[in-house]
Formats: sequence, C-alpha cells, structure tokens
Amino acid sequence: MGEEKKEERKIRVLIAKPGLNGHDRGAKVVARGLRDAGMEVIYTGLRQTPEQIVETAIQEDVDVVGLSILSGAHMTLLPKVVQLLRERGADDVLVIAGGIIPTEDIPKLKEAGIAEVFLPGAPISKIVEFIKKNVRKRR
Amino acid sequence: MFRRETLEEIENRLKEWEKLVQEETKIIPEREKEFRTLSGIPVKRVYTPLDIKDKDYMRDLGLPGEYPFTRGIHTTMYRARFWTMRQFSGYGGPEETNRRLKYLLKHGETGLSLAFDFPTIMGLDSDHPLAHGEVGVCGVAVDTLKDMEIIFDGIPMDKVTTNMTINHPATVLLAMYIAAAEKQGVPPTKIGGTTQNDPLKEFIAQKSYVFPPEPAVKLAIDIIEYCTKHVPKWNPISISGYHIREAGATAVQELAFTLADGITYVKQAIERGMDVDQFAPRLSFFFAAHIDFFEEIAKFRAARRMWAKIMKEWFGAKKPRSMWMRFHVQTSGVSLTAQQPENNIVRVAIEALAAVLGGCQSLHTNSMDEAWALPSEKAVKIALRTQQVIAYETGVANTVDPLAGSYYVEWLTDKIEEEAWKYIDRIESMGGMIEAIKKGFPQREIADSAYRFQKEVEEGKRIIVGVNAFVDEDEKLEIPLLRVDPEIEKRQIERLKRIKKERDNSKVQQRLAELRRAAERGENVMPYILNAVKVYATLGEIMDTLKEVYGEYKEPILF
Repeated sequence: MGEEKKEERKIRVLIAKPGLNGHDRGAKVVARGLRDAGMEVIYTGLRQTPEQIVETAIQEDVDVVGLSILSGAHMTLLPKVVQLLRERGADDVLVIAGGIIPTEDIPKLKEAGIAEVFLPGAPISKIVEFIKKNVRKRR
Repeated sequence: MFRRETLEEIENRLKEWEKLVQEETKIIPEREKEFRTLSGIPVKRVYTPLDIKDKDYMRDLGLPGEYPFTRGIHTTMYRARFWTMRQFSGYGGPEETNRRLKYLLKHGETGLSLAFDFPTIMGLDSDHPLAHGEVGVCGVAVDTLKDMEIIFDGIPMDKVTTNMTINHPATVLLAMYIAAAEKQGVPPTKIGGTTQNDPLKEFIAQKSYVFPPEPAVKLAIDIIEYCTKHVPKWNPISISGYHIREAGATAVQELAFTLADGITYVKQAIERGMDVDQFAPRLSFFFAAHIDFFEEIAKFRAARRMWAKIMKEWFGAKKPRSMWMRFHVQTSGVSLTAQQPENNIVRVAIEALAAVLGGCQSLHTNSMDEAWALPSEKAVKIALRTQQVIAYETGVANTVDPLAGSYYVEWLTDKIEEEAWKYIDRIESMGGMIEAIKKGFPQREIADSAYRFQKEVEEGKRIIVGVNAFVDEDEKLEIPLLRVDPEIEKRQIERLKRIKKERDNSKVQQRLAELRRAAERGENVMPYILNAVKVYATLGEIMDTLKEVYGEYKEPILF
C-alpha cells in the first residue's frame, strides 16, 4: 500500500461468524466494545464461509479479523481462514478468535496462525489491549 | 388483603424506622448506593404489606389450579408428581443417538429430548458445503427418514415422548417422526412429544432462521393445525424465551417478547379459522432460570398470570386448560463460567431451585463444563442429581407455591408483570411482533441489554465469582471433555449418497413438485411434506423446495 498517507488511521477490525450457529451475543458485544474503544468495526453477520470472511477482510482492508465461534467446528474453520488469508497475500492481518473453545485446542489453533483465543469471561479491555499491542499498522 | 388500620400503623412505624436506618447507615454504610436485580429493577431495603396493599387475593393470586393460575396450573402441583426431569442431549450420528436413547430408557426415562446438529437446524443436508465440520457436533444429524428410523430402532414410539428442538425445518422433522412411527405400526394418534417450532424467536435471538417471518409463522401454524386434527397428543409448539434470555435479554424482556410471540401464533391460528379452545391447551412454553433467585421466581409467577389473562380476556378462551401456561425451564447457560467450572454446580442448583419454586412442568439442568464443550457423562449425571436432591431431600416440593405472600416476591411479580405489559403494548402498537422484528426492535433491545451487562461486569459493578473476583490465577483445568468423532460426517454423507441412489428418484421429484404447488397455493404443507419424506426426499431437498416459494430471510446487520 502507498506510503504517502502518513496520518494515523483507525484500527480496522472485521468481526466474523464462521460456521452455522447463530449465537451472536458475544460477537455483537465485542464489536460494540471495540467500536467504543475507537476502532472501526465491520460485522459480517451470521454463517460466513472462510472464503466469504477472507473476501470481506481484503475488500475492507482490515488490520484485524476477530472470529467468533461456538458450534464446535473451530478446528475445521479457523485454520482455514488463516490459510486463505495467507494465500491471498494478507498474512499480516492479525487473526484472533473467541467462543466456546476447549483449552486443549488452543495450542493447535495458535500453531495454525490464530494469534490469540479469548474464552468466555474475557473482558473487552483485554481484547482491546491485545489488538493494540499486536496489530501491525497497515497503510 | 390488609386492614386499613394495619397499613396505617405500618406506614407510621416505617417513617420512624427510616430515621433509625439513617442513623445506622451513617456508622455502617450499605454495600451499594442502589441495589438492583440482575435485570436492573431497583430493589428496596425492605418490603412490607404496604408494597402489596392493592392486591386482591382471589383476583390476583387465587388458589393453585384456579384462574389466574399465579400459584400454579395444578391444584396439587409437586405433591402429586414432581416436574419431569428432561435432559436435552444428542450428538453424533443416528446410531450413537439410538444407543444413548436406549441407555436412558433402560434407566427409567420416558421423556426423550433430541438435539440436532447445526446443519439439520438450518435445514441443510450433511453434504452441504456449509455443513463441513458441523455434522453431528452439536446434536444428531438427520438427512432423511432413514436417519429417524435408525434413531428409534428398537424403541417403541408409542411408549416414549420425544422433544425435538427444531424450528424453521420443524415440519420436515415432525413428518419424519410420524413416518418413522408408522413404519413401527404406531399411528399418529398414539405418538407424543413436542416440536419447538417457534420461528419468531429465531429472528429475535437464536438466529437459526431460514424463511422470512410471514412464511415461517405460516409453517408453524400448519403444524398446530395438522396436529390438532391428526396428532392430538403432540405439543406442536414450545414458545421459547430461553434463547431470548441467553442472547442477553433481561427477565422482563424475556417474558414480554415470548408472550408477544405467543400472541402472534394464537392470532394467526384463530385467523385461519381454528377454535382457540381446540388448539390452545396444547401450546407450551420454555423459559430460562437465571441466577437472580427471586427475580426468576417472580418472572414465572407473572408469566402464568399474564398468559391466563391474555387467553381469557384477549382471545376469549373458555377452557381453563387453554389459559394454562405449561412451561419447561432450562438453567442459564450464560451464567456458567469457564473459570473454576465446579462453581457452576452451585449456580445450577440455585437456578433449578428457582424453577421449582416458580412451578415449572419440566426442567433441564445444565452441566458444569458447558462453557467449554458438550458435557461429559459425569457432569450430566451431577446435573441430574441436582434435580433429584431438590426433589427428594429439600422439602421445597411439599407445598404449592411456598413463596406466595412474601412481600418482596409478590411486589416483584407485579413489577415484572407491569414492565412486561409496557413492552407488549409497544410491540402491539408497532403492529405486532412480526413488524417489530422487521424494525429490529427486540433485536436492538437485547443487544443493548447484553452490552450493558458486559460493561457492568468489566467495571466491577457486577461480581461474577471466579471471573472478575476471587480469581484463581494458577487455575488448572481437569475436566474430561467430550469429543465428536469426525468419522461421523463421512459416514453420514456416505449414507445420504446411498439413499439418493437407491430411492425412487422420479417419485421424489413428483412429491417435491406437489409440495411446491401446495406451498404456492398457500395450503397446509404438512401432508405433502409427509408424502415427500416417505419416499426419502432429503431435509435439504424439501427445504430448498420451500425456499423457492417462500424466499430466504436476510438479517439486517446491527450491533
């Protein structure tokens, strides 16, 4: 991307819901919390395939993709999002996840490129802090 | 309910007492400036007869089993029979589910409860691209009648009742259930159970919607109409507040939105020409039991009274049974914490106690590990034992509605009712729940409540033990987690392929075409769906046929 734009742009976050479950309380609460923390937030809505999520992430030129999943299909769907982002040359996008995810799956998800997994009860302030610390500002 | 002199005496004394309180709180201040229920209702220091002085016992409470049923729908309640302990379960393929159901039956259960996987809930076959990774994970996968036959293989379908948690595709799953029973030689008049079949709460909260609101409600009414005529022991609908609450609603919102959904179904059934006293006795409800003990009890009592009034005064029901609010309760999933999961056993026990003191007809207690994954066998057993301890040891079931007459509980019951009516009036003035949903009204109200709650937790205004207080920093989890075998997806897809090859495909096409024409004409589609499942049309094929006629719902994205 061009280097001429020097002014600080807001962190752009895509909150996405892969998989078939419709439990969107967490996704919406986090989306609103990140917006209130000064980020630009796009929410995909429900039941997005990894392909759709990656397409939106690239179209919207986001810095962060936050994946919310409670259906148990996280081992299938989350690594797929990272893989597709890499294939599209967007491997500098920070990918984080949250939902009902057993702790023993977390190391495997991190190995697959998910930067952090936030479990039920994680405060939004922690998510904000993590994003600010780890996002690679894209211009 | 009180003599005027008594009230005056209390009023005078209370003024003196307030002075005393002022003095004392100067020395020891109260923990909070303002106390509120979980739903945000301000709670006073003490309640007295003054707070319920306008109550008329016979009008507002009555006796158990009598209008307005505040104290319970039955005269003897749990003295005659405990609530049904109905644990919701299901995962894997039809074979695994069949084995588990047989295990449950062997241990004396007659009330079965089926959870379906997400592809089934969304009306998709197991080989649909969106189904990948989800087949058999959150419930059992059902693609065709064959799967239903396997689930109930060797289980006499006239001897069990089955609860099916299915909504937009409910017509198809019910048709498969009826057809599977017929194959066993059990006629529709002899089967019993419940289809959740509450499409409106899907738009409001659970979000497993397929069709737009109008055709979705039309299908729900098709089931009510069909069952009233042909499957008389079936509960065609379970009008559900549970999911609304879990999505973040307050107790008042849960109650109000659920009743508004119920009102919509009753109106539409009457508009179709059905007699209210014919179908209303088979309507049932489903609520959450959250952690604010008294608020939940008050909610259940208010719910019964409100529904009785609605049925009698709005819809002119005459049979008492039509005015009964029969309801199932599940303890609150969102109140469970991933941290220190054993604490959840205590939460579930308190919530279950509220459900019992609230007069539920059946109860599901959550397992302690559900903030992590599907529950392990041991965790499920503890959850069931919790109900048994309440039933057999505590004595709370020995008398009907033991909290009636508590100044606080009666005041809170009235307060919740009053606030819920305000919502119902607002929804009615928007043109009813379908219009309110299109405007995003309940969705936004719930999202606001959910966000408010999260902020309160983060600001430390709400304490959640183990989460934002009393945290164990070096907590190590030792909970055995249940895993679903990924082979199940393969097996399910292979069976689906085989059935598609072996069945009479021209017949399938013909039945689907007939279904399509019936849907276009606005007929009750149940008989046509029954014909289609009998020749092994798949769930996905039937749903696609209906989608062609009815269209699909696209949610407005808001947060």
